[in-house]
Amino acid sequence: MLIDIINLSLLASMIRLSTPLILAALGGMFSERAGVINIALEGIMLAGAFTAAAVTVRAENPWFGLLCAAAAGAVVSLILAVAAIEFHANQVVVGTAINIMFLGVPALVSGALFESTGSTPQLPREQTLPDWNVPLIGDVPFLGQLFSGHKPIVYLALLMVPVSYYVLFRTRFGLRLRAVGENPEAADTAGVSVRRMRYAGVVLSGLLAGIAGAYLSIGQNSLFTRNMTAGRGFIALAALIFGKWHPVGAFFACLLFGLADAIAIRMQGVVPIPVQMIQIIPYVLTLVVLAGFIGRAIPPRAIGIPYIKEK
Amino acid sequence: MSEEPKYAVEMRGVTKQFGEVVANDHIDIRIPSQSIHAIIGENGAGKSTSMNILYGFYTADSGETLIDGEPRSISSPRDAIALGLGMVHQHFMLVEPLTVTENIVLGAEPTSGVAIDYKRARARVREISEQYGLKINPDAKVGQLSVGQQQRVEILKTLYRGARILILDEPTAVLTPQEVDEMFAILRGLREQGKTIIIITHKLEEVLSLSDNITVMRDGHVVGNLPTREASAEGLARMMVGREVLLRVVKKDSEPGKPVLSVRGLTLEGGEGGTILDDISFEVRRGEVLGIAGVEGNGQTELIEILAGLATPSGGAILLDDEEITRLSPHQRKRRGVAHIPEDRHRRGLLLDFDLAGNSILGVHKDAPISGRVLLDRQVIDERARRLVKEYNVRPPDITLPARALSGGNQQKLIVAREFDINPKLILVSQPTRGVDIGATEFIHRKLIELRDAGAGVLLVSAELDEVLSLSDRVMVIYEGRVVGEVDPRSVGEGEIGLMMAGSRPVEKT
Amino acid sequence: MKNNLKELFFPVVAVVAAFLVGGILVWFIGDDPLLVYELFFTSAFGSIDGIGYTLFYATPLIFTGLAVSVAFKCGLLNIGAEGQLVVAAFATAWVGIVLAGWPALPVVLLAMVAAMLAGGFWAGVPGVLKARFGAHEVITTIMMNFIAFGIVSYLTQYHYRKPGDPILETVPIAEVKDGVLVGPHIPRMHDLLAPLGVDFPERLPLNLAFLIALAVCFLVYVFLWKTKWGYELRAVGMNASAAEYGGVSISRNIIAAMVISGMLAGMVGINEVLGYRYRYYDGFSAGYGFTGIAVALLGRSHPVGVLLAAILFGALARSALFIDIFTVKISKDWVVILQAIIILFVACEALFRSGASRVFRRTVKASRTPEEKESLAA
Repeated sequence: MLIDIINLSLLASMIRLSTPLILAALGGMFSERAGVINIALEGIMLAGAFTAAAVTVRAENPWFGLLCAAAAGAVVSLILAVAAIEFHANQVVVGTAINIMFLGVPALVSGALFESTGSTPQLPREQTLPDWNVPLIGDVPFLGQLFSGHKPIVYLALLMVPVSYYVLFRTRFGLRLRAVGENPEAADTAGVSVRRMRYAGVVLSGLLAGIAGAYLSIGQNSLFTRNMTAGRGFIALAALIFGKWHPVGAFFACLLFGLADAIAIRMQGVVPIPVQMIQIIPYVLTLVVLAGFIGRAIPPRAIGIPYIKEK
Repeated sequence: MSEEPKYAVEMRGVTKQFGEVVANDHIDIRIPSQSIHAIIGENGAGKSTSMNILYGFYTADSGETLIDGEPRSISSPRDAIALGLGMVHQHFMLVEPLTVTENIVLGAEPTSGVAIDYKRARARVREISEQYGLKINPDAKVGQLSVGQQQRVEILKTLYRGARILILDEPTAVLTPQEVDEMFAILRGLREQGKTIIIITHKLEEVLSLSDNITVMRDGHVVGNLPTREASAEGLARMMVGREVLLRVVKKDSEPGKPVLSVRGLTLEGGEGGTILDDISFEVRRGEVLGIAGVEGNGQTELIEILAGLATPSGGAILLDDEEITRLSPHQRKRRGVAHIPEDRHRRGLLLDFDLAGNSILGVHKDAPISGRVLLDRQVIDERARRLVKEYNVRPPDITLPARALSGGNQQKLIVAREFDINPKLILVSQPTRGVDIGATEFIHRKLIELRDAGAGVLLVSAELDEVLSLSDRVMVIYEGRVVGEVDPRSVGEGEIGLMMAGSRPVEKT
Repeated sequence: MKNNLKELFFPVVAVVAAFLVGGILVWFIGDDPLLVYELFFTSAFGSIDGIGYTLFYATPLIFTGLAVSVAFKCGLLNIGAEGQLVVAAFATAWVGIVLAGWPALPVVLLAMVAAMLAGGFWAGVPGVLKARFGAHEVITTIMMNFIAFGIVSYLTQYHYRKPGDPILETVPIAEVKDGVLVGPHIPRMHDLLAPLGVDFPERLPLNLAFLIALAVCFLVYVFLWKTKWGYELRAVGMNASAAEYGGVSISRNIIAAMVISGMLAGMVGINEVLGYRYRYYDGFSAGYGFTGIAVALLGRSHPVGVLLAAILFGALARSALFIDIFTVKISKDWVVILQAIIILFVACEALFRSGASRVFRRTVKASRTPEEKESLAA
């Protein structure tokens, strides 16, 4: 029976379900590589998802909604950045506050805007992001089914993997970002502004997590519903750790976790293995990696530590 | 060298004060260009402060600095770099997971478009490393390099940024003897190619073999400027340590009894394959103070931590009154009468936000009568704390104040009170009066001697040679984890002990 | 005394600032901030029902606030209280289910023990991972949260649900038969106060668990500040190196702090299952574990502070519905946002510090005796 489930449409579904994870995980990577622990991904995704849906309802243009979602993600991430960088606040506590806040904000605002309790009005299909058929690949039998006909954000996510790799390991920005997350004092003496790099890393994470949220509300679905991320921000965090803070590693971790999700959805009512047991796989795997059973996941050394310059 | 040497660096009347402490008091240093200049002195003499001012980390309160004859104001490392200065810190400023090339170019990366031009960067690194004879693999991860190689990366970093004047803070402190030789060759090579080199150190041997000129500092003052060819080890040692003796401890001759501590063949392997403690054996007898003299970082810290049970030796045995305690925990040792005054009171000795009463029980908090089976006895604790504060004259005498609110001297008195109150038979003392005012110093010294006279054995480690010589009944000199020899503190000359601290074997006495 | 005032200062400032920002938010949405403030006070404190519900909502937050505090005192951030209390609440119900038919009292006691053991175990795993492998407790407790949700939801759905029940909940352990609650449970405040001649309304769900929470506050205080173990735990949190020097085992205390923290979080199960719903209901926790972080932060990790902060958050929870109903545009989610703002402000203490610390320094200096000044100068 399991064999019936494993087919092309499962893999396509894996790609779709992995998309928000990939974007959020890559976002988290930029923040954490700069030394700011980002457990606010969940809240930032919610902000992005809600903004995308709400703006699209009003502007009737999903592209504008997407743009605003990215901006909203960036703005929310600034809360974390300012608290962590300017006030040396505990980054985990601030992240928790942001997550709690964006359980409330969409509901409050949607109540005021749409007189609903937490969800936005259903969007007509033409006002959600379109499906893109990839010209050449679309006609190839196997690849076409797998890679064609997805939402634009899916391609953005796939593109962001090599782009992130390039930015992190080939550019001046990436080198400085990594240096700041590992040894801010050394970076500082080499003339790199720790403050600026950390702001950049956190805001980048906000942009990407905001887009990840938009994918949920105006890509995969056609409205925002209360707490619609359902822990995806934390799965992205798990994938980031499982992938050892590396863009390619995180990408494969997201695919794995997306596959687990896709299988779980398909198995509902088909196979007597409970869905919950598949859903916890990402977290169990991450724990195993943290304990060092499958190669140790070592975080950036300065993560979570405020940089206070001595005089 | 020409008639009138041109100075690469000139510091005139530079003064810097930290709170009450004058770290640099009107110091004058002149460093001829294309020379190797050593700045020597004991810990706390003000060497690093002066160089940190030169490099723009600190701003001097007064005085001026000239670079190549021009008065300059250097208010940040960036200014210093622009003037051709480069500094290699004692604690390396390297990002371990990055490659050698990445570390060197960080902050000044060659780019093509948005990308770093790694090809050019690597070529430049290779070029500089060949030019100055600093062999290194540009693609190696810095974290996987040996300490000596990491130091080369630090030097390359400064050269890559165009440094003409290099400051090295204790460059040999972390190197093996072989690496030291290589480093010297590199530094001489740099001088031949026109660089000016300043090294901060306290190792006399190295100073004599490497430098052209020497500045000696003591207590924030420059006490000597001389060409190396006119210097001798004894003379330098005297200048470094020979401060006026402010304190003479009044004590009668010791009446040593049975050994209370016997250390046999104690060995500690280091992280980099080196040996931190190498087959150390000695005894401390009841009723005597055994002092350990030596330049800091020669294994004293580790020795005391091992004896206190805070570190595990690689080999050897520790006996307390014939009972082996090598594997016992710190608490078990304390119950057997081992007191420990730690070297760093903020890191080890105190819970800074706990009140004085809370600090007064650290280490004995599980024992009767301070704690019952479950509950701490607040009354006993407070009474004991009040008594200790009174007996040891801890000011202000308020046991509800956090330890943080006390001055260094009073904090130390609190620790001493706590440790001496267990009625110890062995006292491990490390830097007992560091950062402590004279009044408290005298007090602590007197208490130590009192306990000695009452029959306790004392093992004393101090970077203050004065302190070691005036308190100890016997002095053991330690160098690079080995016992170099033993001297009688009453008769030894400061030059002689200075030489031993620099690693020379004692002259055989007849 | 001076210290206590100082301890109170920042939390109070943070709460006031948060209420101001929350008020601005209300105004921005287009409603009346003063009305919202009034609704908050009257609904939470203005009647016996209000107070009863406020204390009922505060009960789980006292447990989780204490849980986070104990870990925090040892230098650990337990953000896994949510998972710990879910596992514990399930364990509480599970004991009631498997011991159905036993006399009530031993089952109640065993269920309480089970709640603490389950919570303690769930927090102990991250404790061991930290002590043994150095794995960061924040990350591991997040992972343990989701594992808890998954496993408990699975067990509820597949093994302990009443056949045909559309709601994800276990079979009840106590049920009302002929107007009397039969089965293991703890008494409500009405029943506890009736013998004393106090007529506490029977409709209010406030129960024995609140009194247990008060007792636990006291016990945690005694544990942390009056026992040698509490001393060791705080010493490790304050300065692990110095604690080690004082003969304290760092790893043992890390594990102990996490286990105790988890046991405290687990006691939420007593209120929820034995005192209120008499079954495990999946998704019962309104983020008690996360709000516990806010409670601990605001309460400065001190049991008295935790109690006060829990009552504040309980009052917010109580007033949420009233604010929702009696305003035009403000939904109950305003309260959630307010909680988040309070946490943010408490976390960003430095935001308020610069100005305030100057004031304090002046008062401390002024109140020193001449003798003290002299000794400080010496």
